[in-house]
Amino acid sequence: MWMNNLPPFIPFFLAALLALITRRHLRSALMLAAPLLGGLHLWLDVPEGVLLSVSLLEFDLTLMRSDRLSLIFGYIFHIAAFVLVLYTLHLKDTMQHVAGLIYAGSAMGAVFAGDLITLFIFWELLVISSVFLIWARRSVRATRAGMRYLVFQVSSGVLLLAGTLIHYRYTGSLEFNFIGIESPGGWLILLAFGIKCAFPFLHNWLTDAYPESTPTGAAVLSVFTTKVAVYTLARGFPGTDILIYIGAVMTCFPIFYAVIENDLRRVLSYSLINQLGFMVTGIGLGTALALNGAVAHAFSHILYKSLLFMSMGAVLYRVGNVYASDLGGLYKTMPKTTVLCIIGAASISALPLFSGFVSKSFVMTALLEEGHQYIWLALLFASAGVLHHAGIKVPYFAFFAHDSGIRTREAPTNMIVAMFIAATLCILIGVFPQYLYALLPWDVDYWPYDITHVVAQLQLLFFAALAFIWMEKRHYAPAELHAVNIDAEWLYRKALPVIANGTRNIAARTYAAARLPLTILSRIPVNTRDVEGWLTGNLTERLLVLLTIFIVVGLWV
Amino acid sequence: MDKHSSDKKRYFFDKSENVEKLLKVFYVVCGLLFILDFVIHRHISTNWEKLPGFYALYGFVAFVVLVVISHLLRRLLMRKEDYYDVDE
Repeated sequence: MWMNNLPPFIPFFLAALLALITRRHLRSALMLAAPLLGGLHLWLDVPEGVLLSVSLLEFDLTLMRSDRLSLIFGYIFHIAAFVLVLYTLHLKDTMQHVAGLIYAGSAMGAVFAGDLITLFIFWELLVISSVFLIWARRSVRATRAGMRYLVFQVSSGVLLLAGTLIHYRYTGSLEFNFIGIESPGGWLILLAFGIKCAFPFLHNWLTDAYPESTPTGAAVLSVFTTKVAVYTLARGFPGTDILIYIGAVMTCFPIFYAVIENDLRRVLSYSLINQLGFMVTGIGLGTALALNGAVAHAFSHILYKSLLFMSMGAVLYRVGNVYASDLGGLYKTMPKTTVLCIIGAASISALPLFSGFVSKSFVMTALLEEGHQYIWLALLFASAGVLHHAGIKVPYFAFFAHDSGIRTREAPTNMIVAMFIAATLCILIGVFPQYLYALLPWDVDYWPYDITHVVAQLQLLFFAALAFIWMEKRHYAPAELHAVNIDAEWLYRKALPVIANGTRNIAARTYAAARLPLTILSRIPVNTRDVEGWLTGNLTERLLVLLTIFIVVGLWV
Repeated sequence: MDKHSSDKKRYFFDKSENVEKLLKVFYVVCGLLFILDFVIHRHISTNWEKLPGFYALYGFVAFVVLVVISHLLRRLLMRKEDYYDVDE
């Protein structure tokens, strides 16, 4: 059809530009055309091994590099972008439409980037475009959360650039292939990817900002940023042992927060980190089976996680909040959203015949093959945890539980259609996994549906659900409460300001003490007034302090 | 917009007999799944799996442990809703 080396970000950037100057149906058509035509083009015309380089200054930037790893991420990003455009069609907000398209386009750009400088450019574009999906909520909380989000994301960009420069200096190559932590600059690049992938203690931008974004924004955000990070980790750091343990921590710690969190979109944000943990563990294992598992899990995860975020977005759009404590009984007025949300919940819980089951089992099997029995137990624990917060809590408290008395309307048609497509794909992948498996980057003979595996998974899930029913009937389950649960963000939102204030107070007191002789001097009835005036003027005080610091630092160095 | 109307219609889950029926079906399925462990020939790869009903027990216990620990963690982690909004 067309030239096959057209970089996939171009249709999206073009559509973003055109969305600026069009309205209503024309804009809707253009926005749908970008992922649809771009996706078809990628599927039909682009084989492996396509390269497109342009020269910028003294560097060759590889804007397009297709191989099986980048292609499968390209496919799912196009599918997700199409579904999400459909989901946001009812909006009359140019800012969100344009930002969303640039954001999706930047993700394509990053996935098909063949060198680290191109990757860096799209890495930053992802940040700049995505923050507008948070700010578009137009509330003080969202603005502040967006600023904190920016601090994390920009730090990630700076680390990536620094790591890239060191990597270039030592290897003389900017190509983006296996990097590894032995490479100079490798640690910096891993840290940059780790921030975007929400590694423990670097994860707060996600649980902080996503729940503050617009009803539609969170669904869009849940797809791209973190999965670009998974892609870059799979390409740059496969088989890096430390990732096995980082991934295991990521699967386990967020589920405790998800149990006690009241804001259902924040529950889903913690759950997102838990799901990333399975992928990171797979990448850390580094075998063909495990890497395929990480990629397959990213593929199916994008669909069911955006489906869950879309269903909660629909509730937020109709009801105005997504607090577990305030909702309930919505199945009466939003039956379609309810069913679609339950399909997403079944998929994330890895129920057989749904997409999570056919992708998660790769990593679990690979862990046993490599002899990591305790990590396997941890991930099995996390699997039962997923059933609690994403499988049961989200649909149960929103749509069932006690009737909150809220009577609203079903979600807008475009939202329902978008969720329907995502839900259909979740089931199709679950029932016919061979079509997903055929796209996976490595050749592995694997089939998830054998009787042992299916029965084991059903036992795990059903008896976990039994525990839920038992605890709910006995009222052992903790009540849903309006509250803040402190996480690692406490370090920079509470501890750091206190330390900074304390330091400032100590400095002020020291300074006052140091000024004491001067004060005494000024009491001597000699004509020192001129001197004092000169010394204690506001500006001069500061200059003096500065000068002292310079001298001290100078002597030190 | 949402409205708290005086909705007198009785929906499916408003009738407790419907809920009880569904739960009974669920309990029966759980029982059957547990029995299956003794009937089918399982391909196992870990020692833990030798224990009959391992997955069922693990799922139940993991779930309870998760909820109990989370409940305890609340004492340590929970703050008022405006915790970060004051003097930030």
